[in-house]
Amino acid sequence: MMDINKHNTHILHRFEYHAPVTVTEAVKLLKELGSEATILAGGTDLIVKMKDGSERPRHIVNIKQIPGLRGVNETPEGLWIGALTKISELENSRVIKEKLPVLYEAVRVIGSVQVRNLASVGGNICNASPAADSAIAFLALDAVAHITGPDGDRKVPFGEFFTGPGRTVIKEGELLTGISVPRDVYGWKGYWVRVARASMDIATISLAATAKMDGGVVKEIRLAWGTVAPTPMRTDNVEDYLRGKKLEQNIIEKAASLAASSIKPRDSGRSTGPYKRKVAKGFIHEALTRFAEA
Amino acid sequence: MKITINVNGKQQRFDVEPNTLLLNLIRDEMSLTGTKYGCGIGECGACTVLLDGDAVLACMMLAVDADGHRVDTVEGLSDGNKLHPIQQAYLDEGAVQCGFCTPGFIMSTKALLDKNPNPNEAEIREYLNGNICRCTGYVNIVKAVQCAAVKMKE
Repeated sequence: MMDINKHNTHILHRFEYHAPVTVTEAVKLLKELGSEATILAGGTDLIVKMKDGSERPRHIVNIKQIPGLRGVNETPEGLWIGALTKISELENSRVIKEKLPVLYEAVRVIGSVQVRNLASVGGNICNASPAADSAIAFLALDAVAHITGPDGDRKVPFGEFFTGPGRTVIKEGELLTGISVPRDVYGWKGYWVRVARASMDIATISLAATAKMDGGVVKEIRLAWGTVAPTPMRTDNVEDYLRGKKLEQNIIEKAASLAASSIKPRDSGRSTGPYKRKVAKGFIHEALTRFAEA
Repeated sequence: MKITINVNGKQQRFDVEPNTLLLNLIRDEMSLTGTKYGCGIGECGACTVLLDGDAVLACMMLAVDADGHRVDTVEGLSDGNKLHPIQQAYLDEGAVQCGFCTPGFIMSTKALLDKNPNPNEAEIREYLNGNICRCTGYVNIVKAVQCAAVKMKE
């Protein structure tokens, strides 16, 4: 948390304001303004950064007036989530609650009610915090980021989306328009957990796990981690180890140890590497035990 | 920039700078000082207002983003001198001490009871997670919400 006594959090600095009404117009503006522009969506991260002085953009491009970037819609391929969709709208989506439990569990704990009513899912993703709660759920669900830029549209799987703390593949002039989740992962079991000092705190370590089970046997499984590496990460080797196996106690123990040695935590202000490895072991144990139950 | 906001049921026009925060518009231009400036960074909930019925933080929103929307503040709750059942419940249950956090708590309570008229204690505590009180503790606040829920059904 910022030291609120050192800054004037009553006001924001002056900036040039732009409110494009189409994606094309937004992309054109972002291209022209380059690094001097910052996109404003929900504002719950950006406005805090502007108040503490860590960001002082000359131009603000408010994308909230663009229609079509908000909402949760079913398509033949799966689920489409517009970048401007509020976190609370994900929380209240019936299809997410019923078909994508790992995403539901993740978005329910982001910030407070008031923050979830303001914050956009695109912002939660694009800020690229290694701890972003929704990001690891999307990573586990094989989601794809849809990006529009001056050269047209492109799709980037979440596994390639994050390039470092606070960094993504989105280049100057580009805009995240939405996220798609494939229908293949509908109805998989979900488990989402995190350790944080207090309920609204940034996670110290988190896991999004989702699996397709068949009578105690793992058909498919995805394990995505927050805050164990500079970006959200998957432990593919643990997934490979578990695929096709019956979740008996010795298998669970082995998978937990394998996960603990596969993550890449660093010591940080919030906790130490050895601590995170211990917690990771517990997380996998808990997730797999639950998946093993009917 | 010219904007129109429905404030507590009344359409009002304002001329704001793009960097004006909704909280400052409410307190300084509308002179509705019930909505409090607390931490300024979205942690405490003292500036909670309803935007189209949803609880949001006025310190984290640009005023221009309220253009064309409805904003409800604590001043809009009472019917003349008759307090809203939620306000009365906070008084009756002793859920107010210094009172600084109260408008935010009351607006969050309004949002909660509008969506869920019968919340259990866990649901109340979870919903009010984003509002911080430093003097009364939360026991009487939870009681006030439960009391208000009963009164609002009468």
